[in-house]
Amino acid sequence: MKSLEELRKLREKAQKDIQARKTSNKPKVIIGMGTCGIAAGAREILKAVMAEINKRNLDVIVTQTGCIGMCEKEPLLDVQMPGKDRITYGNLTTDDVSKIVVEHIVNGKVVEDLAVAKLED
Amino acid sequence: MEQSIYRSHILVCGGTGCVSSGCKQAQDALKDELAKHDLTSEIKIVETGCHGFCEKGPIMIMYPEGVFYCELTPEDMPELVEEHILKGRTVERLLYTEPNSKKSIPSYEEIDFYKKQQRLVLGNCGHMDPESIEEYIATGGYEAIGKALTEMTPEGVIEEVKDAGLRGRGGGGFPTGLKWQFAAGAKSDKKYVICNADEGDPGAFMDRSLLEGDPHRIIEGMMIGAYATGADEGYVYVRAEYPLAIERLQKALDDAREYGLLGENIFGTDFNFDLHIKAGAGAFVCGEETALMNSIEGKRGMPRPRPPFPAEQGLWGKPSNINNVESYANVPNIIRDGAEAYKAIGTEGSKGTKVFALTGKINNTGLAEVPMGITMKEIIYDIGGGISDGNKFKAVQIGGPSGGCLPEELLDLPVDYDSLIEVGAMMGSGGLVVMDDSTCMVDVARFFLNFTQSESCGKCTPCREGTKRMLEILNRITSGEGKDGDIEMLERLAENIKSTSLCGLGQTAPNPVLSTLKYFRHEYEAHIYDEICPAGACEDMLKGYVIDEDACIGCTACARVCPVDAIEGNVKEAHVIDLDKCISCGACVSKCKFDAISQA
Amino acid sequence: MDTITLTIDGQQVEVQQGATLLEAARELGIEIPTLCYHPDLSLHGSCRVCVVEDVKSGRLLASCVAPVNNGMEISTNSSKARVARKTNVELLLANHPNDCLGCDRNGSCELQDITHDLGITRVDFEGEKRDLPVDASGPSLKREPNKCILCGRCVRVCEEVQGVSALEFTERGFNSIVSTGFDLPQSEVNCANCGQCATVCPTAAITEISEVDKVWAALEDDTKHVVVQTAPSIQSSLGEEFGMEPGTVVTGQMAAALRRLGFDKVFTTDFAADLTIMEEGNEFIQRFKGEKNLPHITSCCPGWVKFCEHNYPDLISHLSSAKSPMSMFSAISKSYYAEESEIDAKDIYTVAIMPCTAKKFEKDREELVGDTDAVLTTRELARMIKEMGIKFETLADEKYDEMLGAHTGAGTIFGTTGGVTEAALRTVKEELDGEPLGRLGLGFEGIQEASLEVAGQTVNVAIANGLANASKLLDEVRAGNSKYHFIEVMACPNGCVGGGGQPLPTSKEIKQKRALGLRSIDESDSIRKSHENPMIKKLYDDYLGEPLGGHSHHLLHTKYQKRDRN
Repeated sequence: MKSLEELRKLREKAQKDIQARKTSNKPKVIIGMGTCGIAAGAREILKAVMAEINKRNLDVIVTQTGCIGMCEKEPLLDVQMPGKDRITYGNLTTDDVSKIVVEHIVNGKVVEDLAVAKLED
Repeated sequence: MEQSIYRSHILVCGGTGCVSSGCKQAQDALKDELAKHDLTSEIKIVETGCHGFCEKGPIMIMYPEGVFYCELTPEDMPELVEEHILKGRTVERLLYTEPNSKKSIPSYEEIDFYKKQQRLVLGNCGHMDPESIEEYIATGGYEAIGKALTEMTPEGVIEEVKDAGLRGRGGGGFPTGLKWQFAAGAKSDKKYVICNADEGDPGAFMDRSLLEGDPHRIIEGMMIGAYATGADEGYVYVRAEYPLAIERLQKALDDAREYGLLGENIFGTDFNFDLHIKAGAGAFVCGEETALMNSIEGKRGMPRPRPPFPAEQGLWGKPSNINNVESYANVPNIIRDGAEAYKAIGTEGSKGTKVFALTGKINNTGLAEVPMGITMKEIIYDIGGGISDGNKFKAVQIGGPSGGCLPEELLDLPVDYDSLIEVGAMMGSGGLVVMDDSTCMVDVARFFLNFTQSESCGKCTPCREGTKRMLEILNRITSGEGKDGDIEMLERLAENIKSTSLCGLGQTAPNPVLSTLKYFRHEYEAHIYDEICPAGACEDMLKGYVIDEDACIGCTACARVCPVDAIEGNVKEAHVIDLDKCISCGACVSKCKFDAISQA
Repeated sequence: MDTITLTIDGQQVEVQQGATLLEAARELGIEIPTLCYHPDLSLHGSCRVCVVEDVKSGRLLASCVAPVNNGMEISTNSSKARVARKTNVELLLANHPNDCLGCDRNGSCELQDITHDLGITRVDFEGEKRDLPVDASGPSLKREPNKCILCGRCVRVCEEVQGVSALEFTERGFNSIVSTGFDLPQSEVNCANCGQCATVCPTAAITEISEVDKVWAALEDDTKHVVVQTAPSIQSSLGEEFGMEPGTVVTGQMAAALRRLGFDKVFTTDFAADLTIMEEGNEFIQRFKGEKNLPHITSCCPGWVKFCEHNYPDLISHLSSAKSPMSMFSAISKSYYAEESEIDAKDIYTVAIMPCTAKKFEKDREELVGDTDAVLTTRELARMIKEMGIKFETLADEKYDEMLGAHTGAGTIFGTTGGVTEAALRTVKEELDGEPLGRLGLGFEGIQEASLEVAGQTVNVAIANGLANASKLLDEVRAGNSKYHFIEVMACPNGCVGGGGQPLPTSKEIKQKRALGLRSIDESDSIRKSHENPMIKKLYDDYLGEPLGGHSHHLLHTKYQKRDRN
């Protein structure tokens, strides 16, 4: 260790790894993982979300929830940007995931054609 | 290769407490279950140090939700993975239940045990992988030593620590900055820093938890101390009974060397420093700093006369600075965030936080870090959840075998160095043993004196011979053989041992006797003059129980619970105990709702 | 160095910085009782008997270890200090046999003295007492752990002065004891039997194994011809047992007393010391000329020899093969003397009065067994004299008996450090150069050295007393960088005058006075060179032939054995 700058660089890199343990003020992706969701392919959606986040090096909380009662629209995925409304996307395929992540999480624009509901926070 | 980001981290407590309650088996089961569901690339298991809530181990915290699960078994893992990880549903039955409200609390921060704590020193414990130097660095680790080396002079560091008001956490409460100043002022070609991790007070384990849960913090604190005092070599003296602490510390040392944080020209400066671990064989007296140094040197662990103080002539005759684990653990925060922020916490004479080990007749046992000045009541009732089994509080022993027993009247006492000394106790290393009304205070004094007597190194006359004579008197009193003059003899011996012993062990050994004599003298008198142990705890003194005819309504509750059928009587008539049969177990007393039964 | 001014018992005193309160008080003539303190040893601060009160803080300080500070006000006799001091002595007594009447140290016991001085007439504390067995496995020293007050003086002298560390504290708390490694019997450890522990022990926890009864029995046995030899150093120390100043020369009274005790012949080891010089001096000349087994190392001290066998077995070949004066004397007493006096050698009983406990071990060595029949220390001899009711101080001087009583100044100075070297060089120098030795100017330091020209070559000599000092010289020899040709080693500080069998109490000062006493005998002696001792000449002419000759070799030389370091 030769300087403080070196330490700080190391720290930034290391922080990425433990970001999952910080919960506030971060975009959140919530995946419906009730029996109905899993049956409709939620696991695949979740994996795609993780892959996309990893690829783009994003600081996002990925969490899951049970059945929210819109079983016919499963797989479901909610995106909640800090301080914004929670948007629910439905009838998803893994191909849709990339678009949601890029448009909504990176650029902050709701993907209207996939959105099925809006929950006011 | 780009490291992948996990969507969830499961923090599994791997402290010694949780290891003994089976966290390894639970963790293995969790791993199997994750693999079965093909989740290993999404979910990261992090084995952490102690969370402090050892009573409830094994413990896991699930992130990003921050849900706190406790008392887990391997059999719980399939459900936990299926429900929590896959379906995102909290498993209610595995949550922590508040003992009083019986409410389940999902979030770690909401649990009473943690709510009143202020975890600065223990902040990382349980929240990061102690075997990962990267995680320590991610939390701001080694920033303080970097700052000290590149932006501060050794004098500046000492001033900052003095200004922060940090006092020794090992017991004596001597100002750490001043200690450093003495060592810095000594002229020598060679100096040492030593970390006293010979934690010996019965029930205290904060040092172990720190070494197991956040070893780099100790290393960083010692580095700062070394820079301030001019040392280039250090020793951590750990009890050999702490194998996990030694293992984690060794890993931390290896990693720090690999990162160039130990070695030569650290942070590009001319500061060189390296550290060794010395495993001690576990003699209590080796926690005394001069005995500890003798032990490192390979000699018998017997204290040396002071002066000369270690700051002048310490390890191998060289100026040495010696602090306890928790003291060093406070240092990085002080340097990184500044003395101002540090001294905002605490009281006039005692700054910052203190870690206490809560044990005894209390609902939540474990490690709690609280701001100095918090009252005993808050620690025992708010954090500790009150007295277990609905019993009545009687006393709290603070400061281990060197400390004192405080009665209910002092529950509102703010806990800091000076107020504790004032009432005849001491901070010590922070052991807190809570006692209820079934505890005999003479017996408690006997217990602690028995400990110090057998742990005395035998060097000086008053400690070696005097504590033995005190113990013999206490043994007599608690077996019903006490006699007139015993209390006075105890006081004479205690005074002599306190004022003429060579080291702190002897000088404080009589404290449990003196404080119980001060606050519970009537119990001694009852043993000696009335031949009765008021708490009913001294077995040799029990002569059986009798029933007050006037108070007894003949409910038969006592007769039904008596294991030897010693109680006879008709329903709705006063009952009688056959003293020949009575074994003084006291079962009838706790059943009687009319206070009709008392010792014969 | 700066000085410090403080007040003790109302009197101001100025002392050097770093001095202790005890030293400052003694400067003023104020005596503070001590037990664990010993002037020749490191500070220990364990007995807490020397506590004094710091008046300003009210704290009690152990004066033997507490350093002086400017402006201190000390009371050595405040009631607080006195009560504490008495309590700590009482605590020691509560765990002590207190069977003074039957005790070896009755009258010379420091615990007994302090108890008396402090006016302690009863002990308020009662309870368990240590109950441990006596170790009399010997052959030199007896340990009685029940009498031990754990002052640690024996542990310190054994480690600091002797570098042997045969004794150490073991166990904890009330069970603490001083013991040998693995609690082995005294006879099985690396102990050199030097007895320094016994000389610093304040009680009778370590004493010599007494042979007094054996000697009484021999004296009363009409079939035995009992001869006695007295080591050189006894002459200037025995008087202390009878209230005389250390260093008082009592040779004549000692001879008289020995006759009163009933010894048939009263001889002196000084004679045999001259004989040793003849043998060892010639051995050195041989080695020096042949450059073999140098440095030559003396072997007259049995403590040193055993230490060497344990710790430097690789250097045994450097030891002189000459027996010690005691063993030479005994061998001669049962051969030449027996023949000359026409007494059957098996009827001769040879008693040696030695300043030494290790001589008891030497007597029993398998290489030497049978030479000497009994070894008494100076203290044991004094006890016999007292038992006989002899008024030692009123005795008129008498002389040693003829033959083995002839002595020289050279033999006498064997009893002090450097004496063997000086005696040997007196003879060697004359033998080789035909001229007398000049002054060596030796003092009392632990290690001394000198160089002199002999036969056109420089001879470097070194002298060590105390085994820790000896180790320093021996480590050099082992490493191959010793510049010396001749090394003298005495196990005890100051040599035999500081021996483990000498009168108590003892200190550096007392030992030096005894040494000066021996020097004064040497200086006033008409014959000061071993080779000029007329009886020695006669012994070689009539009986032995040449030094190192076949007869000498058989009678006067010995072998050594490697021992474990344990």
